[in-house]
Amino acid sequence: MLHKIQAEKFGSRGEGMAHAVEACVHCGFCLPTCPTYLTMGEEMDSPRGRIFLMKEVLEGNLSVDQAAPYVDRCLGCLACETSCPSGVRYGHLISPYRAYAQKNRKNNLFQKTFRWLLMESLPHPGRFRFLLQMAVFSRPLQGLLPRMLRSPLSLLPKTIPKEDDLPEIFPAKGDQRARVALLTGCAQQVLAPEINRATLRVLSENGVEVVIPKSQGCCGALAMHLGEVERAKISARKNLEVFENAGPLDAIVTNAAGCGSGLSEYRDLFHGEPEEERAKNLFALVQDVSLFLHNLGLKKPSGWPEPRKIAYHDACHLSHAQGVREAPRELLRSIPNLILMEPLEWEVCCGSAGTYNLEHPETADLLGQRKAKNLADTGADAVATGNIGCLVQVRNQLEKTGSNIHVFHTMQILEEAYRNGA
Amino acid sequence: MKDRAALIKDLGRIFPPDRLLDSSAQLAPYESDGLTCFRSRPSAVVLAETQEEVIQTVRWCYQHSVPFMARGSGTSLSGGSVPVADGVVIALNRLSRIVQLDPVERTVTVEPGVVNLKVSEVAAPYNLYYAPDPSSQQICTIGGNLAFNSGGAHCLKYGMTSNHVLGIKAVLPDGEVVHFGGPSLESAGPDLTGFYCGNEGLFGVALEVVLRLLPKPEFFRTVMAAYDSMEAAGNAVTRIVSSGLLPGALEIMDRLAIKAAEAAVQAGYPKDAAAILIVELDGEKDAVESDYIRLSALINETGANTVIVARDTVERMKIWKGRKSAFSAVGRLSADFIVQDGVVPRARLGEALAEIERLSNIYNLRVANVFHAGDGNLHPLILYDGREEGALERAEELAGKIIKLCISMGGSITGEHGVGLEKKAYLPEMFSPVDIETMERVRAQIDPKFISNTGKMLPGGEAPALVIRGLHPLEKEGILSRE
Ligand SMILES: Cc1cc2nc3c(=O)[nH]c(=O)nc-3n(C[C@H](O)[C@H](O)[C@H](O)COP(=O)(O)OP(=O)(O)OC[C@H]3O[C@@H](n4cnc5c(N)ncnc54)[C@H](O)[C@@H]3O)c2cc1C
Ligand code: SF4
Ligand code: SF4
Repeated sequence: MLHKIQAEKFGSRGEGMAHAVEACVHCGFCLPTCPTYLTMGEEMDSPRGRIFLMKEVLEGNLSVDQAAPYVDRCLGCLACETSCPSGVRYGHLISPYRAYAQKNRKNNLFQKTFRWLLMESLPHPGRFRFLLQMAVFSRPLQGLLPRMLRSPLSLLPKTIPKEDDLPEIFPAKGDQRARVALLTGCAQQVLAPEINRATLRVLSENGVEVVIPKSQGCCGALAMHLGEVERAKISARKNLEVFENAGPLDAIVTNAAGCGSGLSEYRDLFHGEPEEERAKNLFALVQDVSLFLHNLGLKKPSGWPEPRKIAYHDACHLSHAQGVREAPRELLRSIPNLILMEPLEWEVCCGSAGTYNLEHPETADLLGQRKAKNLADTGADAVATGNIGCLVQVRNQLEKTGSNIHVFHTMQILEEAYRNGA
Repeated sequence: MKDRAALIKDLGRIFPPDRLLDSSAQLAPYESDGLTCFRSRPSAVVLAETQEEVIQTVRWCYQHSVPFMARGSGTSLSGGSVPVADGVVIALNRLSRIVQLDPVERTVTVEPGVVNLKVSEVAAPYNLYYAPDPSSQQICTIGGNLAFNSGGAHCLKYGMTSNHVLGIKAVLPDGEVVHFGGPSLESAGPDLTGFYCGNEGLFGVALEVVLRLLPKPEFFRTVMAAYDSMEAAGNAVTRIVSSGLLPGALEIMDRLAIKAAEAAVQAGYPKDAAAILIVELDGEKDAVESDYIRLSALINETGANTVIVARDTVERMKIWKGRKSAFSAVGRLSADFIVQDGVVPRARLGEALAEIERLSNIYNLRVANVFHAGDGNLHPLILYDGREEGALERAEELAGKIIKLCISMGGSITGEHGVGLEKKAYLPEMFSPVDIETMERVRAQIDPKFISNTGKMLPGGEAPALVIRGLHPLEKEGILSRE
């Protein structure tokens, strides 16, 4: 669509923003896959509407604060990119826009403090663990807290898993076919260390040696999605260095889709800056573990004695942001006696979306319930997914409906399928 | 309009604050339809959730002489759902219940905000479907389809929306609630549902629509044939139709459209083809198979250089996906374009296309063609660069030439996208003053205060303040002026 955005005014990523607006032909094909449009049925809360609103702000016709309620409600799930025939790169608009908006909005002290707290805790396993312990401990007092602080508490696990120190190198079983580095994911390693363990065993089983650099840090996705660019860059620089020094690698694998797409976003983050080349090199190596295994050729697991129905839940940051849909399905299908179930509305976000369920609990709940129903309707015994955030959200939402369907990471299912034969 | 703003507050009696939108950030996204070159801002948008709310809003508008416009998903391509400036937009997306589905009578009653594709989805368990399939079917609403009498790839065999609407409940612009037709296939007296279809929002708001469902075709044969020239593809259409075959769909895409669709959804179209023809036979297996033998022979004779036959549903959907996303996919080639919609007699297709190509060269603007060849419904997409001074004006002029071409060939100025704002200036070229006066009289009977989607379709009347550069064709014709 026509616009009068002066791209130069918005730094190195201005051109990308202008380009996304330009490519949008206002056809509305993205509306039916947008989770907020589906639940609210209003144009401001649709991709088309948001693109229009952001355009108006960038052109100077609206203030950041006027557009904020609607842009803030965007989950960043990128379903709109998948469904757009015109090739609009919505991600190239929303990320830099959020950074711009973060700088130019009036103070919202409560939100700022809340975000600060998130960014000071989630990406730091030690602090996060401490906070979790405090929170679990204080659960009986929940009722006294304001709604915004109560919702994160309700997402917490009942108990916090024991700390698990991962080795620096996890050797390949048998002949070595590849050597990769693993990004462990900060929150994931605290909430569900068993996912990294399962990933290591599956990779090893497939002849892959895994390096787990000790000094790796948060990928920076959280800060990026909240528009805190400088903070994100600090994390990104550190990781660039860490992975460059990890020795010869066939890939940097990620098993948390959010972190995977976070690493992939370094390219955009450093667009037009000295680190750009290095970020591109890193990007060339980053791969979700499911895609990596699929390309490598999966060693056949032994599977189960009885048939098991497993529904696959697409994590937005895997399916929409990284375009990985088939690989995890193929891996699961290769397990003997596994019947893969497909839920309706695969493309619609479960409402987890990073810290979204913390900031917009009502919308997140609506979406979570919708997802839980679609998954339960498949008649599956368990759900497999590729992202810790979705895993926690879907598990909680299923529990709420009284369902006893368990939710696992795809790697956990694979690991079990190997173990059964051993 | 200060008074209007104060008056609008009064709508708070019908709607809670979160469903009465009146701030700039809330209104801006409602300014345009599927084309962003027309924009105009309403005073308010109301998000109606019940039929009663719609009725009350229309009565309120009538009482206060405030213009209103019903809005579905805003995918109109003719300015049809551009708000009436300073009027009220009644957004119907939340008025979307499936009221009743009768698998025995094969009817379904829906509210207007129901999305076209959803109707087929709810009918699927009974092996039924809703036939009209505009390319925008995953998002356009039944209300919008009804107002524009929308068609789709399959309307050659199955007809347009009006052929599938059995009954309508609507609130007329003066607040009267009427029922036309009903669930029965037979009805006595004048065909009032037919009369209501295609009204472009001028006859109030449809509240409930009874639709006819059809049994899903048992079997399909979908063929994609590529040609070295547009003319060859056009001739193939003539051959197929005159052979007596009645395909469910018969579509043509040209080189540019193929390129765009391939980039968007990788439909597997040959990238170097000058034109492709998509033919789909549907119905009972035996009949389809025997037709298919005849069709294959015909296509062979027409000099197609590549022929792909879908082997299963996945391949069939792939062929269609390219066609259905073609409009929006053109956005990849050019950020700005106008979609035209005209009809020429089928036998003169080749001639019309050659003339469009000639005009495209004269105006130095690329034109992509995607169209329902079976019924001569052309959809030239005129690509221009909005940042280039004067480009939009050239594009609009070219669009006008194409429309006049359709009229001069004995065709029509719209096949399915409606007249809206875009083409109302051309109405007098197709109809005599007496015809138009008659239409005006009918309209005045139904909408004495001229408040229902004021300024659309019929020439004259107050039109919204258009935010486009340069002179709009309506202005050139002296029909419209801007302050
Ligand atoms: C990419 C693309 C492809 C398209 N392909 C096709 C195609 O193949 N065939 C085709 O025919 N069209 C096509 N269209 C045009 C458009 O989708 C149709 O005209 C559609 O019917 C509009 O539906 P809508 O819900 O978006 O209505 P809107 O655009 O919101 O409204 C259209 C008109 O209907 C009126 N209206 C809406 N609801 C009601 C109601 N309840 N009562 C009374 N009036 C009402 C409005 O006032 C307006 O005048 C396409 C559009 C796009 C963007
Ligand atoms: S589908 Fe793409 S082009 Fe169409 S409205 Fe959405 S973002 Fe814009
Ligand atoms: S990213 Fe997701 S929530 Fe945001 S506009 Fe796109 S589809 Fe909607």
